[in-house]
Amino acid sequence: MPDESVISDEMRAHLDVESDPITYDVEKGAVIKFAQAIGDSNPLFQDEAAARNGPYGVIVAPPTFLRSLIAGEAKREFPRPFPNNLDGGSEYEFFEPVRVGDRITVTKAIVELTERQGRLGTMLFTTAETRYVNQIGQLAATQRTTGISYATPAEEE
Amino acid sequence: MAQIYYEDVNVGDEVTPLPKNATSQQLVKYAGASGDYYQIHYDDGFARNNGLPGIIIHGALKNAFLGQLVTDWMGPHGELKKLSVSYRAMDIPNEDLVCSGTVTDKRIEDGVGIVECEIALHNGAGKATTPGKAIVSLPMRGS
Repeated sequence: MPDESVISDEMRAHLDVESDPITYDVEKGAVIKFAQAIGDSNPLFQDEAAARNGPYGVIVAPPTFLRSLIAGEAKREFPRPFPNNLDGGSEYEFFEPVRVGDRITVTKAIVELTERQGRLGTMLFTTAETRYVNQIGQLAATQRTTGISYATPAEEE
Repeated sequence: MAQIYYEDVNVGDEVTPLPKNATSQQLVKYAGASGDYYQIHYDDGFARNNGLPGIIIHGALKNAFLGQLVTDWMGPHGELKKLSVSYRAMDIPNEDLVCSGTVTDKRIEDGVGIVECEIALHNGAGKATTPGKAIVSLPMRGS
């Protein structure tokens, strides 16, 4: 382990600081366009008649549609220690369906900072949690995303 | 749309595979639909200047493919509870990708049938570039 952590007090000050909330209307056209863009022909995501007779009674969004409801910028820019950044992964938890006509309020905060030594040298793992709350105050879903910041450029796989 | 029931699923069962092939046109459509306009996904020169072999598929689009793998399999009355993915390697357009999965656990929680699956997106060479996990609830027969 290095003597000095790359995780500074300035970085720690970002922990659990939520972005300003942004509220989105879940529009029918946007949901259908998203389903078409990912190549998903599931009628629950685009066919009003099928959706009416389905479990939700209305068109619902494909699970990762939430990705298009982009959170606001952090109040201050997070000071990344290294020039290279990778998207490490994503973890969604779903609690309520997202229906056409819903209004979803999105906030995001960095919730965890960890440092590891790996094949790319010292790496900083930044985990952020995005929260999606519907118009009646239910937490519809969360998404945790992990960004990896590292000093050494990745080699070809 | 076919419905699968909790009673019919066993540990070790295959999640019906989903083939995909992302064209550059699909990446542009996904950029527009998702709002992710990072140029490494549609501007070849920009991608090369960033040390990439060319344009690459959005991680979030691969995540969406794996979401479809699960929602197709679980049927209209299944409910997706959790979907996690790790981006282990980049994927490029115009390759025959396959999303697949295996049932790893089933149990009843508070009267609800819960099923866990290991899932992954494989590239044209068959390598699992994007492994993950899904947890769903499935309806019970007669309920």
